[in-house]
Amino acid sequence: MSSDTQLDQRRHDDAPVTTSKTIEPSRALLAEAVTINRPAQELYEFWRNPRNLLPVMENIQAIEVIDDTRSRWTVKAPGERELSWESVVTKDVPGKEIYWQSAPGADIANSGRIEFREAGARGTVVRATIAYDPPGGAIGQFIAKLFQREPRIQARRDLRRFKQLMETGEIATAARTRKQFEEEQG
Amino acid sequence: MRALTWHGKHDVRVDTVDDPEIINPRDAIIRITATAICGSDLHLYDGYIPTMKKGDVLGHEFMGEVVEVGRGSNLRKGQKVVVPFTISCGSCYHCGKHQYSACDNGNPADNQDIGRELYGQPMSGLFGYSHMTGGYAGGQAEYVRVPFSDVGPIVVPDDIEDEKVLFLSDILPTGWMAAENAQIEPGDTVAVWGCGPVGLFAVQSAFLMGAERVIAIDHFPHRLELARRFGAEAINFEESQTYEALMDMTGGIGPDAVIDAVGLEAHGFFVDNVIDQIKVSTFLGTDRTHSIRQAIVACRKGGRVSMPAVYGGLVDKFPLGAFMEKGLTLKTGQTHVQHYMPGLLNAIVEGKIDTTFLISHRMALEDAAEGYKMFHDNQNEVTKVVLRPDFATAAE
Repeated sequence: MSSDTQLDQRRHDDAPVTTSKTIEPSRALLAEAVTINRPAQELYEFWRNPRNLLPVMENIQAIEVIDDTRSRWTVKAPGERELSWESVVTKDVPGKEIYWQSAPGADIANSGRIEFREAGARGTVVRATIAYDPPGGAIGQFIAKLFQREPRIQARRDLRRFKQLMETGEIATAARTRKQFEEEQG
Repeated sequence: MRALTWHGKHDVRVDTVDDPEIINPRDAIIRITATAICGSDLHLYDGYIPTMKKGDVLGHEFMGEVVEVGRGSNLRKGQKVVVPFTISCGSCYHCGKHQYSACDNGNPADNQDIGRELYGQPMSGLFGYSHMTGGYAGGQAEYVRVPFSDVGPIVVPDDIEDEKVLFLSDILPTGWMAAENAQIEPGDTVAVWGCGPVGLFAVQSAFLMGAERVIAIDHFPHRLELARRFGAEAINFEESQTYEALMDMTGGIGPDAVIDAVGLEAHGFFVDNVIDQIKVSTFLGTDRTHSIRQAIVACRKGGRVSMPAVYGGLVDKFPLGAFMEKGLTLKTGQTHVQHYMPGLLNAIVEGKIDTTFLISHRMALEDAAEGYKMFHDNQNEVTKVVLRPDFATAAE
C-alpha cells in the first residue's frame, strides 16, 4: 500500500504497516482484510449507506443518517449511558474507497478508510483501516471491553458478517430458537 | 422435543429441549427419521474435543422429512432428505471450488476466531460438533434446524429405505474421498489402517476405483472380517507385526497408497501412543498418531498418503524425514460432503454400493445414552448404531 509505506520510509518490506512488529499491540491503528465473492461496485454501494451496516456491526446500537456525508453512531454504555459520535465522509471514490473521520466532540474519536479492490475470479478484497483514540478511565475500560479488548477482533468479526450477508443473503447463526437468537442479538 | 445432549466426559443424556425454529431465510426444519452415532462422536464422548458446552445437542449423521422451510429454501414440505454434516453456504469462493468443508460462511462470525487461532483460517460449520465448528445443534434429536438448506440436503426417493441412504450424511462420502485422495491407479495395492465405518467404506471404494489389492489393518476380529467380505486381506496388529507383514505381502515394495482411517484415538499399546495419551489427558495437547506414523513408514517410495482420520492439534515425532526422503504425497481434510452426495446416491440406487452391512444395532433415540456406552465399550461387535425417534424405548 503506497499510503502505508509513506508512513515510514525506513521500512524494508512490502507488508502493511499495521502488521509491523515494532508497533505497540495496544496501538489504536489496525487493518483487516476480507475477500468477498461479489463485485466491488455492489459492495461499495451497500457500505456507502450507513443504515445497511447495523446488522453487520454487532456493537453499534443505532446509526442515524443526517445527510449524504454525515451520520450519527451510538453505542450503549453501562449505567444507561450512551456514547456517540458524528461520522463524516471526508473522501469518497465511488466503487473504490470511502474515508471517514469523527466530527469534533466525539465520545470516541475515530477515523478510517474502507477500500474495495477488484480481485478477479475471487471477487473483491475489502480492507478496513481504523484509527481511534482510546480514552482513559472507566470509559476507556468500557471501550476496551466493547471492542473485546482487541479492536482488531471486532473489526474482523464485523467484516465476516458483512461477507456473509453479501455472499449468502443472511448472517450465519447457530441459534436453535428465535428466543435464543434474540438473546444473542442483545 | 427429545434430544441427546452432552454434559461431560462419558455423560450424555436424552433431555427435553426447545423445538428448533426457522431463523434465517434459507433454513429448513427437518423431522428426523433416522440418525447414527459416529466414531467421531466418541471423541466428544471421551472429552477429547475442546469448546463443548453442557446441553449441546450432538449428532451429525441424520436424515428425515422436511416439515418447515424459510422463504429462501428450495426444499418443499414432505420431501425426504439426507443432510450433510458440513454446513456450507454454496456461494463463497471455496464452495465454488466444491471445497465445501472449507466454506467461509457456514460458521457464525464470532465462532470463527478459534479456528483462525488454531488453524490459520476457520473451517465450515458442522452439526453437533463443539463451538469451534459453530455450536450448531445436531441431529440426534426429533427435529433439527438446517441452515443453507438449499445447498446441503439431498432429496432422496420416497420409497428408498432410510438405512440405505443415511450414511450419505458423512461416513460414505468420507470413505470415498479417502480412496479418491489415495489417487489409486489400476493394479495398486492399498493399505487401510482402521476398519471402522470410514475405513470399511474406503476399502469398498478403493476396489471400485481399481485397486488390485486392499490390505486392512485393525485389531477387532469382527471388523477385519467385514473388510475381508469386500475382498480385502487382513492384518490383525495384535497378532502380527504390521510393517513386517506389509513388506512381505507387497514383495518388499510397500503399499502404493496408504489410508489412515484411525485418527486421534488410536488404540494399541505402542510407546508413542502411551506418551501421546498421557499428553492429551494432561492437556499438553498432542494427538495420538501411531497409525499415521506407521502408514508413512510402510508406504512405498513415491507413494500416496490419504488421511481421512480426524486430528485436531499438534503432533510429536512425525516421521517428516521418511515423508520427505521417500517423496510421498499427503492428501487429507474434512469431507466435502455436498460434492460427493449425488454420485454416491446414484451408486446406491443402482446397487453398486451397499452400506447396510455396517449397521449392527438399531435403537430408540430415547436409549441413545446406552447406545454411546455400548459403542464405546464394544467396538468389535458394535460397528454402527442407528437411532430412531419413532422406536419405543427398550427400557419400558
